[in-house]
Amino acid sequence: MIMEEIIQQIVNGVSLGSIYALIALGYTMVYGIIKLINFAHGDIYMIGAYVGFALTTFLKLGFFPALILSMVICAILGVIIEKVAYKPIRNSTRIAALITAISVSLFLEYGMMYFFKPDTRTFPSLLPDKQIKIFNTDAVLDIKNVYIIVVTISLMLLLQYVIHRTKVGKAMRAVSLDRDAAQLMGIDINKTISNTFAIGSALAGAAGVLVGTYYNSINPLMGVVPGLKAFVAAVIGGIGIIPGAVFGGFFLGITETTISSLGGSLYKDAVAFAILILVLLLKPNGFLGKDVKEKV
Amino acid sequence: MKILNKKNILSILAILIVYAIVELLTHLGVIDSYIQLNLILIGINIILAVSLNLITGFTGQFSLGHAAFMSIGAYTSGIVTAKLGLPFIVGIIAAAVVASIAGIIIGIPTLRLRGDYLAIATLGFGEIVKIIAINNDYIGGAVGLNDIPQYTNWTWTYFLVVLTVFIIYNFIKSYHGRACIAIREDEIAAEAMGVNTTYYKILVFTIGAFFAGIAGALYANYFSFIKPDSFGFMKSVDILVIVVFGGLGSISGSIIGAIALSLISVFLQNIPELRMVIYAVILFLIMVYRPQGIMGNVELKLFNKKGGLNGYAGSK
Repeated sequence: MIMEEIIQQIVNGVSLGSIYALIALGYTMVYGIIKLINFAHGDIYMIGAYVGFALTTFLKLGFFPALILSMVICAILGVIIEKVAYKPIRNSTRIAALITAISVSLFLEYGMMYFFKPDTRTFPSLLPDKQIKIFNTDAVLDIKNVYIIVVTISLMLLLQYVIHRTKVGKAMRAVSLDRDAAQLMGIDINKTISNTFAIGSALAGAAGVLVGTYYNSINPLMGVVPGLKAFVAAVIGGIGIIPGAVFGGFFLGITETTISSLGGSLYKDAVAFAILILVLLLKPNGFLGKDVKEKV
Repeated sequence: MKILNKKNILSILAILIVYAIVELLTHLGVIDSYIQLNLILIGINIILAVSLNLITGFTGQFSLGHAAFMSIGAYTSGIVTAKLGLPFIVGIIAAAVVASIAGIIIGIPTLRLRGDYLAIATLGFGEIVKIIAINNDYIGGAVGLNDIPQYTNWTWTYFLVVLTVFIIYNFIKSYHGRACIAIREDEIAAEAMGVNTTYYKILVFTIGAFFAGIAGALYANYFSFIKPDSFGFMKSVDILVIVVFGGLGSISGSIIGAIALSLISVFLQNIPELRMVIYAVILFLIMVYRPQGIMGNVELKLFNKKGGLNGYAGSK
């Protein structure tokens, strides 16, 4: 019995962790390249869910077409946000950049509320309602969990390929290492930053559609808490480090479901932030980060 | 330097005249309860913004958890006045003291962090305080704390605003204030010059929390009802926005910012969702076209150009 409970919680934790990891990847990539905490990232995830909702409800598309179209639309949105909002403030102070990010986030949240009503919407169920028993025990694997985990892992492998095997990825790594040197080597900085936003936003859009199909309900403020949590995940793994975001996402997802199953579901958000503060104090560069000495 | 020089007397007169005019207009019925509500909200926002400006604007420590201190103050005063039935002054003092103790407790570990990391840690602290308040049944949990006696009025608010501005303004003009500005400009250089950076960072955090606690007490005892959600991340952002809008490192800027943003919210009140959209656009435009805020780090002078105590009186 206990064994089944544990397996069940691990399955739930990994599904939740996949969502966090997908959002955290965008955070970490953007931070790595322009050192900006993109507070609007959680809202791109929300818009991804809404796009998925519109495509499946009004255009009657299936799960995969909706997922891919939603990723494309979110990528375009990410690039537009970068061009319109973040490019003018690229050389201003940290605090100005952060407040700009917050203003973009507010704009998306309340813009959605104003144009598409603040009500919670029901996401159509796209996936078959099938449950698989694991190893002949009573622990069940919902087919939705399988979809979430498989889609997430494929996207992560694809990302890994893009970053390490393509020219776009090489440019991204170079810019995040040293922007000026990269520019001197002939890398188009603006294009690379746009690519980073496009990829990060596409991943957030995918997370939005996955969450929509999993929980069947979406609303304009759904991105706030997962956005902050994904940010926590990115910091836990080491912000700016791509495997760190994946590690942090799964770590946070599993920790949260464990705490909920132990009866502390009311405190699970507090625990996430307590872990954040502890990590920042003990290992400010995250679990997978390297120590960087401060130079004067 | 004499305390009772011409400038100071003029400042005190200006402060009293502003108070008397509002009091008179209230008695004449020109200022109705709606205007009074907004005046008190502006006062609370001024206290919050000036105290956050000390932390973020003058000492350069980026905090996204200022609303948490306000919440601690609001709940402390709520418990002291509603549950224990003690007078308002005890509530205010308790609120300020408890909030500043929280400031010390949070400041000692987190102030080792810098920049973005400190911002995230304070954000996390704010969320933790909110979640603890939601899960604590003694203070009403998620529903909130009810039936707090309504003690806050224009007199309390006005004189606490004056007190806050007076203390923080003088702190900044003192030896200690210059140490804080040195930390903002270059922490390592300040340390090399013998400034005890940890001590000053914690001191500033504690003073900021102290006044945020007072603002919380005013808030709780004006609205008679508080709930944890009122002091979330968005409230911290609101305060930060006032500070940045007015100008980091300018107290008169914070006062102008608090008045201006409160007025903007009042004018846009009937269209709540569009209000936030417009608010976001205004913020964005300021960040792009005037990132140093309305006042930059310049103080407004009313009586003469040679500095002095009247920066706060000037913007009233």
